[in-house]
Amino acid sequence: MSGLSFIAPKTVEEAVRALAAGDGLTKCLAGGTDLLVQLRSGRARPEVIVDMKRIPGLIGISEREDRFIIGAATPGAMISECGPLCRAWPGITEAVDLIGSQQIQGRASLGGNLCNASPAADSVPAVIAARATCVVVGPEGRREVPVEAIVTGPGQTSLRKGELILEFHVPKPRPHQADAYLRFIPRTEMDIAVVGCAVNVTLGDKGVCRDARVVLGAVAPTAVIVTEAAEALVGHWLDEETLGRLDAAARRASKPITDKRGTIEYRIKVAGVLARRAAAIAFKRAGEC
Amino acid sequence: MSKIHVSTVINDDPVEYLCEPQQSLLDVLRDELNLTGSKEGCGSGDCGACTVIVDGRIVCSCLMLGAEAEGRKITTVEGIATGDKLHPVQQKFLEHAALQCGFCTPGFIVAAKALLDENPNPSEEEARYWLAGNLCRCTGYDKIVRAVLDAAEVMRAEAAE
Ligand SMILES: Cc1cc2nc3c(=O)[nH]c(=O)nc-3n(C[C@H](O)[C@H](O)[C@H](O)COP(=O)(O)OP(=O)(O)OC[C@H]3O[C@@H](n4cnc5c(N)ncnc54)[C@H](O)[C@@H]3O)c2cc1C
Ligand code: FES
Ligand code: FES
Repeated sequence: MSGLSFIAPKTVEEAVRALAAGDGLTKCLAGGTDLLVQLRSGRARPEVIVDMKRIPGLIGISEREDRFIIGAATPGAMISECGPLCRAWPGITEAVDLIGSQQIQGRASLGGNLCNASPAADSVPAVIAARATCVVVGPEGRREVPVEAIVTGPGQTSLRKGELILEFHVPKPRPHQADAYLRFIPRTEMDIAVVGCAVNVTLGDKGVCRDARVVLGAVAPTAVIVTEAAEALVGHWLDEETLGRLDAAARRASKPITDKRGTIEYRIKVAGVLARRAAAIAFKRAGEC
Repeated sequence: MSKIHVSTVINDDPVEYLCEPQQSLLDVLRDELNLTGSKEGCGSGDCGACTVIVDGRIVCSCLMLGAEAEGRKITTVEGIATGDKLHPVQQKFLEHAALQCGFCTPGFIVAAKALLDENPNPSEEEARYWLAGNLCRCTGYDKIVRAVLDAAEVMRAEAAE
């Protein structure tokens, strides 16, 4: 690990310059709860580590009329303390809260959860379901991209050398729009999702679904937006027939692997069950707001 | 590779040290500053034996770089007692015999102190969830949870005085 250098720039420009420099691997550091584990195991061998936490805006949550802006390195504990965000998007904040222990919550960020690009990352399905975007800065300037465009496969992102995520923009809910995220793990705390499912719905007249997004985690190389599951909901109440179609669509979209946490068959079945349960919660919440 | 110079505050004392870029805060505490109360159980964020408080939040010091501590305020288990007077959490750990080998104890003490600073009256469930990132191979947790809830009661009584 010799030859590693560490910097903690105070501006985005400096950070981008440091990330873009040289031929070697350069890495952003947010909470380090993935990166430090990988440094130690030798799985990541960067030449430069750029700690982003001193850049203004990287930590903190602000509100505009139509959206929340969450700094990419904001720790989970701070996200859980943000009352307006918890009320607007309980699915997102509950998903963030599922990440690790209280100690991990003191550091783990949305940017790290996304860019580590684990298929089982808990915050990612809920953030995608809310149609959030992220602001990416790099040597070529600034661009705003949908969150689902970042991860391209396990451990892989579409970010180019020198690019980092500055912030997440999460639109505020419309009337009767709400979300939910559920994950299944073999115990109650401190484990990685066997399946995760986020459902975000907007209800119209008499509780009929007008718009929906259903996103599954841990059942494919990246989080998957299940269009067919959303179509099963739109135009309907959440009755047994709708739930059956949602369940079937979630199962069809699941292309998981077998590992110590669950077999392919098991994960597929659980995907359907979680979709049903998350939809029930999201519909209930949407009916009440 | 040149070392990084860090100025920080640990247990209310200004501290300066030199560290390697890849050195964790835990390694700095133990190997450079001789603060060996924080333990390394796993080095991967799973056991909580290395728990310290950084700017008011508990973190795993094995998952933070020493270099990140610049300008922060850090509390380790060595900073929990006031002079010779044990913190109520420490006192109750003794009274309830909430330890056997003691390896996990510093992490539990720091995490429990942070819990009670934030929530003076946690339910048993809240205490158990808060402490889920601290593993103990010996006690079966029950005595630890009793000690923490008992310490909470003592602290509430002290605060009411
Ligand atoms: C004990 C333990 C339990 C865990 N439990 C869970 C869990 O239940 N669910 C879960 O989803 N995860 C879990 N994790 C994984 C981890 O905590 C999360 O993925 C966390 O959100 C990572 O955030 P971070 O800020 O610590 O990322 P870091 O480790 O700082 O970064 C992770 C990666 O993302 C890159 N990166 C970070 N921020 C940016 C940015 N803004 N722009 C570009 N690249 C960036 C880094 O270069 C690095 O490659 C756990 C980890 C541990 C150690
Ligand atoms: S040594 Fe840090 S969590 Fe185990
Ligand atoms: S007392 Fe031995 S690990 Fe907890």
